[in-house]
Amino acid sequence: MADKLDQIFILLRDWLIHFLPAALRPFAAVVLGVVAIVCVFPGLFALTTVFERKGLGRMQNRLGPNRVGPFGFFQPVADGIKSLTKEDIVPLSADAVVHFLAPLVLVVAVFMGFAVLPLGRNMVLVDMDAGLLFFFAMGASTEVSIFMAGWSSRNKYSILGAMRAIAQMISYEVPLLLSSVTVVMITGSLSLTKIVEAQNHYTGVFPNWYVFTPWGFASFLMFAIAATAETNRTPFDLPEGESELVAGYFTEYSGFKFALFFLGEYLGMFSISGLGATLFLGGWSAPFSFLTWVPSWIWFFSKDMAAIFIFIWMRGTLPRLRQDQLMNFAWKFVLPFTLLNLLVTALWRFMDGGWLRWVVCSAILAGAYVLMGRTGMARKNYGPRSYRYAE
Amino acid sequence: MSVIFFLVAALTVAGGLAAVLFKNTVHCALAVTVAFAGLALLFLSLDAQFAGFAQVLVYIGAVAILVVFAILLTRGSETPQSGVFSKSWFTGLVIAAGIFAVLGWAVMQSAHALPQQAAAPAVTVHDIGVALVGRYVLPLEIVALLLTAATIGAVIVALHEKERTQ
Amino acid sequence: MTGFASPLEAYLLVAALLFAIGLAGALTRRNAILVLIGIELMLNAANLNFIAFWRYGPHPEALTGMMFAIFSIAVAAAEAAVGLGLVISIYRHAKTTDLDQMNRMKG
Repeated sequence: MADKLDQIFILLRDWLIHFLPAALRPFAAVVLGVVAIVCVFPGLFALTTVFERKGLGRMQNRLGPNRVGPFGFFQPVADGIKSLTKEDIVPLSADAVVHFLAPLVLVVAVFMGFAVLPLGRNMVLVDMDAGLLFFFAMGASTEVSIFMAGWSSRNKYSILGAMRAIAQMISYEVPLLLSSVTVVMITGSLSLTKIVEAQNHYTGVFPNWYVFTPWGFASFLMFAIAATAETNRTPFDLPEGESELVAGYFTEYSGFKFALFFLGEYLGMFSISGLGATLFLGGWSAPFSFLTWVPSWIWFFSKDMAAIFIFIWMRGTLPRLRQDQLMNFAWKFVLPFTLLNLLVTALWRFMDGGWLRWVVCSAILAGAYVLMGRTGMARKNYGPRSYRYAE
Repeated sequence: MSVIFFLVAALTVAGGLAAVLFKNTVHCALAVTVAFAGLALLFLSLDAQFAGFAQVLVYIGAVAILVVFAILLTRGSETPQSGVFSKSWFTGLVIAAGIFAVLGWAVMQSAHALPQQAAAPAVTVHDIGVALVGRYVLPLEIVALLLTAATIGAVIVALHEKERTQ
Repeated sequence: MTGFASPLEAYLLVAALLFAIGLAGALTRRNAILVLIGIELMLNAANLNFIAFWRYGPHPEALTGMMFAIFSIAVAAAEAAVGLGLVISIYRHAKTTDLDQMNRMKG
C-alpha cells in the first residue's frame, strides 16, 4: 500500500499511456511528465506568492492580504487576472524584438532545469548521465535573458539593474558549482538520481545525508548563500530593490511579461531549492528510517517548501547588502572557503572512516571559517570622511 | 532525424550570418549567442552530451556575457556614421568565399569514403573523467596554468586602468 | 539523409560554412569586438568538426575528439577574456574601437 502511494503518479501515467498505440508510448510518457511539471510548479508559485505576502506581513507585524477568499488565499487568482488584463506598454525607443524575447528566454531556461530533478522515487523526467551539468548550464542561460531585458528597455535604471544582476550572478556561480562538485566527488557521478540513491541509507535511525558531514555542512551553507545570490533574493536583491532602482531590469515591463519575469524568478527559486535538497538533504529520502512509509514525493516537496520558507524568512529579517559588499563577500570569503572545502572533501574521501576524519575535517573547516572571517571580512578603518565633488 | 538536423543547422548558420551582418553590435552579440545554442544542439545530436552542456555553460553563460559587457564598456552600441564594414570588405569576402569553396570541395570529393553510420559511442562522464586524469593529465594541467595566467592578465589590464584614471 | 552520402558530410559542410562566415566577419567588420566574435565562430566551427569526426570515426572510445573540443572550449574562453580586456584597454586610450583608424604603431 505504501509502495502504491509512493509510485501513484508513475502508475497513473502508465495507465494513461495504456490507451495509446505502442509506438507513441515513450513520447506520450515524456509529454505527460512535462504537463505535470508545467502544472505543478506554477501552481506552487501561485501559492508561494500569497504565502510570501502573508509571511512577510506577519513578520512585519501586519496582516498581509486578507480580502480575497478565506484569509486571503485566493489572492493569486486576483493577481493573475490583473496581470493578464493589464495594458502591455512597450516604450517607443525600446528594442521591440529583444524586449519581447527576454521573458520567453528566461521562462524556457528556468523550466528546462526541472527536467533533471528527481521529484520522487523513479520520478525524474530525463535521467541524464551529466544531469548536474545540464542544470547549471540552464542556470547560466538565464543571465542572457536578464541582459536582454535590461538593455532593450533603453532605460538607465534598467541597464544598471541588469549589469548589477549579471555581475552578481557570475560572481556567485563559481562557488555554487564548486560546492556541488564536493558532492560529485564523494558520489562519483554527475547523475542526480545516483546522488539521491547514495544518500538513501540509514545508520540506525539517522539518514546518511551529505549535510550531516562536516564538508557537506560547509558545502550546504555556501550553496545556500550562492543560491540566494543567484535568484536575486534578499539579502542580495540590490538589482531589484524597490527603493533603489524602481524595479531594476524589469522596470519597463507591464502586464503578462512582468508576470512571466516574476514566474521565472520564483521558479528559479524552486528549482535551485530542489537542487539543494537533492544534493545535500537527500532528495526524496525520509529523515528517519521509521518514516520511510511516507511517499517519497511528499518528502521532496516538503524540503523544497521548507527552503522557500527560509528564503521568505531571510527576506523579512535581513537588510540588503550593497553591491560592493556583495562582490567582496563572494570573491574574498565564499570562493576561498569553497576551494578549501574541496580539499577537505578529498581528505575525507581518502581517510579511513571513524572519529579521526570527523575531528580533522571539522577542525580545518571551523578554523578556516574563523580565520577568513576575521581577516578577509574585517571592517576597514576608514578614517575621517572626505568629500569629492563632481566636475 | 534529418528534418531536425536541417532546422538546427539552419538556425546556427542564420545566427552566424546575423552576427556578421547586423549593424547594431549588441544585436550581433545576441545573434552569436543563438549560433552557440544551435551548436550545442548539434553537439547533442552527435551524442557528445558533456561537450554540449559545457558549450552552453562556457560560451552562452560566460563568453556571450563577456562580449556584451565589452560592447557596453566601449560604447559599441552606437552605430558609427561611416558604416560598419571596413574599406577592404570585398577582399575579406572573396577570401572567405574562397576558403569555403576549398573546404566544401574537399568534403564533397571525399564523401564516398566517409563512413555511412556508426554506432553511438557508449561514453559516460566517468570515462571522460578517467581520461582527463589519466591520458590527458598534461593538457589538463597546462590548461589550468593557462586559465590562471589569463585571469591574472585580465585583472592586471583592468587594474592598470584604474591607477591611470586616478 | 537526403542527398548526402553520409551524415558526417552534412556536419562537415555546416562546420565549413560557419568557419567561412566567421572568417568573413573577422575580415570585414570595423569594430574590434566583432572581429573577436568572428574568431569565436571559427573556433566553434572547428569544435564541431572535431566532434563530428569523433562520432563517426574509428575508435570513438579513445575520446580524442571530445577531449580536444573540451580543451578548445576552455582555451577559447580564456582567449576571449584576454582579447576583450585588451580591446577595452585600447578603447580607454584611443577612445575608439574602429580598426580602420588603428593602422599605426604610434600611440
